[in-house]
Formats: sequence, structure tokens, C-alpha cells
Amino acid sequence: MSAVDGQGVALGGLEHAGLPVARARRGRRPTVRSVTLRALGVFVVVVLLLFMIGPILWLALRAFSGLWQYPQFLPSHWTLKWWSSVFADRSLGHSIQLSFEFAPVVTFASAAICLPAAYAFSRFNFPGRRVLLVSLFATNAFPKIGLYISMAGVFYSLNLMGTFLGVVIVQLIGTIVFMTWIPTAAFSAIPRSLEEAARDVGAGPLRVFFRVTFPLAAPGIFVAMILTFLASFDEAQGTFLVGIPNYITMPTEMYTLVLNYPEQAAAVFSILLAIPSVILMSLARKHVMGGKLAEGFQIR
Amino acid sequence: MTESAQPAGLLIDRVSKDLGGRTIVADMQLEVHAGELTCLLGPSGCGKTTTLRMIGGFLEQDAGSILIDGADVSRLAPEKRPTAMVFQNYALWPHMTVFKNVSFGLRLRRLPRREIAERVEAVLELVGLTHHIQSYPARISGGEQQRVALARALVLEPKVLLLDEPLSNLDAKLRIRVREEIREIQQRVGITTVFVTHDQDEALSISDRIAVMSGGKVEQYADPRTLYREPATHFVASFVGAMNFYTGIVGDGMVELAGGLRVPCDGVSGDGGGEAEIGVRPEDVQVTTGGEGAEAVVLREIQRGHYKELVLQLGDAEARAFVAPELPSSERHRIRFARAVLYRDGVLQRSHAPVAVR
Repeated sequence: MSAVDGQGVALGGLEHAGLPVARARRGRRPTVRSVTLRALGVFVVVVLLLFMIGPILWLALRAFSGLWQYPQFLPSHWTLKWWSSVFADRSLGHSIQLSFEFAPVVTFASAAICLPAAYAFSRFNFPGRRVLLVSLFATNAFPKIGLYISMAGVFYSLNLMGTFLGVVIVQLIGTIVFMTWIPTAAFSAIPRSLEEAARDVGAGPLRVFFRVTFPLAAPGIFVAMILTFLASFDEAQGTFLVGIPNYITMPTEMYTLVLNYPEQAAAVFSILLAIPSVILMSLARKHVMGGKLAEGFQIR
Repeated sequence: MTESAQPAGLLIDRVSKDLGGRTIVADMQLEVHAGELTCLLGPSGCGKTTTLRMIGGFLEQDAGSILIDGADVSRLAPEKRPTAMVFQNYALWPHMTVFKNVSFGLRLRRLPRREIAERVEAVLELVGLTHHIQSYPARISGGEQQRVALARALVLEPKVLLLDEPLSNLDAKLRIRVREEIREIQQRVGITTVFVTHDQDEALSISDRIAVMSGGKVEQYADPRTLYREPATHFVASFVGAMNFYTGIVGDGMVELAGGLRVPCDGVSGDGGGEAEIGVRPEDVQVTTGGEGAEAVVLREIQRGHYKELVLQLGDAEARAFVAPELPSSERHRIRFARAVLYRDGVLQRSHAPVAVR
């Protein structure tokens, strides 16, 4: 995720730094002031770049490094053995597979639960609407681990500990906020008159939803689904507590890796963890930032 | 359209509506003849949009019923009513092209593709938009969006066309052009139409009849000329056009204003007999050159292009007069009233019907 973000920000930074340059060029004669401004701009960009992609670079180097000792700027040995050891380890491979099973299931489960709720939140004014909407944040308001531990008691009595369903439920706690709030905003942004106009030309309420409301809210729902997918993909605490020892996903595996393996293996693993994020984020940019759907929202 | 029997196109029969504990429409009665264009005119909050939404089925009335061509549609959902609405913000679907927008209703009715294409093209021809058939709404101008919305409503051949302040998002010049287009199309298609507006100019220029609304009631329902010449209530008189108001007594060929000033007056709507409110249109305040007239001091002169507006001190009161632009400037004028309308308790007094007329 950070790699793409880093690029975007860095480009933005360059454009920004270009401003004083253009001004200096227009003035023809570079003054002390314009040169200072220009130098300052370049400096800011470099710092930003370092800040954004520095850690990732370091991580990447780490994943391929054999021997890398303190005073050296670059590793003295390069190797692929950390990659092969990660891929060779059966339990690691299994955790990758598990992560890719949980994330889609959690995403679609939260969509099924939250989208109707989001529609209701945006279109109907029922008693307790505001309280309910705000209380969705409550789960995120205090340390999750406390919540999970008290949940564990309930889960034990329901025989949910160490089960697939239990992990899905514990991950849902973290995802329902995205999946409710973002689509609620997306539905609310659709003028009611668009739905009324569809009723007016003869569409029943269900048709109106599928032909008008849903297509118009789709970009918002898409973003919510990506965030949900990533949240589920990265969720470690609850999954660890409920899933262990049967279900160990990639983020939970990280705990073991960090403690038991050389840190290079952890670097390889975090790069693997970042791949879905990078892909999904770039998808989101392409589909949501541009296109006629985004344009359509400029309607009065 | 055959007009032998003249059945009521639309009948709003004793309809009431409360919203949020406030009465928005109170026992409203209105009949729109088939093929006529009626304007609901009034200030914001007078209930005109609420009335329109009840006709379209987006709000359910608390009492009374709505009949279209004699059939009660009061309990029907919007998609079941033979009405089509043009919304104030046009409400075009941004994810559909102009063609898709206009054809949506026809596609729902599962008409053959060829017929859909033909009807969409015919209606786009009518509104002059065939060149934009594959454009998205965001790509065309406000005036064009407006016409797409009109086409979308007309293509279904509804019995009643509803327009909710359709011109309020257009600039002044375009507004006049589009309203003439709407009127022209409406007459060509011969469709019963209800047009909601707060712009009296708009209402006067395109309506067959105008219902002036205030506080959820119809104050007057009449053709534009009658509405302007004989406003039935004080409210209508002040809302439609400009009107000078005085208290005074009507005498023989003159009116005596509260301050005692006597102004010659050629015609009065109602009988004399005691104090009344006297309304005079600015164009009926005339500057006399030879004959008798009341003394008036010119306070301001405003050039309005094809006429000149004078603000005059007339005794204790003020008067606004619209006069010919070539009238020479002067500090004083002698004036007379060409015509005055009388009100008692806010209701128009007529000589042939001395009691209240509603």
C-alpha cells in the first residue's frame, strides 16, 4: 500500500516544488529569494520521499540481504534464501492461503450485513438512528484487546473458539464501521429526486434500488469493500486470540516470525502482506478517482 | 384531443396535508381542464410544491382525493399514476446517457427495441436534442438537461405533466426562452399540465389559468388577464404585479385618500360607501398635462428602458407610476388614476357583486 501512496505523494510534492521554479523562470532573472525557495522545495520533496519510501526500501533491502552489519550502508551479501525458506515452510504457505480465504468471506459477510443497514441509515429516519450510527464507532473507541478478551468468554460458551465462524465474527467487529459509514455516505449523496424520478417513470422500489441507487452508490461501496478486505487481511489481535491454534493467518504468523525467525524472513513476509494492499489501492484509484461515475456525483 | 364533453383533466378534490404538525395544504379544491396549463403560483411555503408532489404520488394526502380523467388515483404509488414529473434539479440519472435516461420508462414497459428507439428519437426531436442522444447528463448544459428531463417525462405520454419550478436553475435569458419552448411543446402535444413557480412573470406569460396560493389555500384561480386586472384578494394584488395601496373613500369620479387629498379617478372596481383599501397599478397612475389632477412631488426617477418609473409623494402617501420614457423630468406633476380596485377585509369589491367574491 505504502509504495503506491509514496509515489502519489512524491509526485504531488514535485508539482508543488515546481511552483517557485516557474515563478523564477517567468521573472527571467533568478533572485536570491527564488533560488532559496527552489532549494527549499527540492529539500521538502527529498525529505518527503525518504519519509514515505525509506522504510519500504529498507524492508526490500532487508528481504534480499545475506549479511548486513552495522557500519555498512548496504548489505555485503545478497541472497534469495529468505524467500525460498518462506515459500518452503508449509505452515507459512498455509497461513497465506488462510488469509486469502478469510478476507473475501469477511468482506462479503460484512457487505451482506451492513449494506442494508447503510441504506436504512441514509434513507429512513427511525428512532435511535444517530445513537446507533455513533455506537458503531464505540467498538473502535477503546483498546480492542480488552473487548476480545471479554468476548473470548462468550465464544468459549458458544464453542466458537478456534472455529472458522469465530474468526469471521471477530474480524467483522473491526470491519462493520467501514462497511456501514462509507456506504451510508454514498447513499446519502444520491439526491432523493433521482430515485423519485425512477418511480415516476414506472419503476417499483426494488427496481429503483438496483437500476439507480446501487449503481450510483457503487464507487463508495467499492471503496468500503476494499477497506474491509484490507482490514480483515491485516487483522491480527482478534484472529490470534480466537483462531489459534487452528487458524493462523498471515498477520498472526508475523508474531511467530518476528519472535522465532531471523528478521529477514519477517521482511519477506511483510512484503507479501503488502502486495494485496498495493493492488487493491491502485484499483481503487483507477476506478473511483476517474470515470463518469465520479463525474456524475457533481449533479446539483 | 376531442373536446366535446370537456372532462376534467385533473381534479384536486378537497385535499389537505399536514407535515410536521403544520397544515401545508388546507382543503384545496382545483380543477384543471384537459389540455390546459395551470400554474400554481405563490411564495415559498405556500403549499404549491406539496400539492404537486401529492398529484405525482410522492406524498399521500391526509384528506380528500385526486382524480385524473375522472379516475381516483389518490391511493396509487407514483409508478402506477398516469403522471410524469419534471423535477426542479432535473434529476437526470448521471450514469445513463440521454438515450438511456429518456428510454428508461419505455424499457421498463418492455416495448420492442425499435419502437423505443423511434419514440425516443421523436421526443428528442420535439425538444431539439437529437445531437446529444449519446451524451451523459454531466456533459450537457443546464438548459439541455432541462429539455432532457422534459423529454423523459413526455415520452411516456402521461395524462398529466407536472413541472416543479423547472426554470429556477437557468439564467434569466435562457429562462424566458425555455418557458416559451415549454409552452409551445405543451400546446403542440395538448397535455394537461401543472406548473409550479414562484415567479409571477413566468406564470402570467405561459398559463391558461393561474392558481395563486397562500398558506395552503387557493386565493384566486383565474386566467392571467383577470388575475392581473381584478385580483380577488389583497394578497393576490400585492403578489402579482406591483400595486399602490391607500386607505380612502371612493367618491364621484375621484378618490379621497386618508390625508384628505382628492385624486381624480376614471374607473373603480366596486361601489363606494365608506372607507376601503384602494389599489392602483403603477401604469394606472397617469400624469395629466391639461386636465385636473392631484399635486404630486417627484421623489425619484428611475429609467427602466422602455418605460420610466416615478416615485411620487402623494399627500401623506407614496405612489409609484410607470410613465412613458419621453415624459420630461419635472419636480412636480399633476396626476390622476385611470383605474382603481377596492378591497374591504382584503377582499375585492365589485359593483355587480358588492359582497365578497371568491
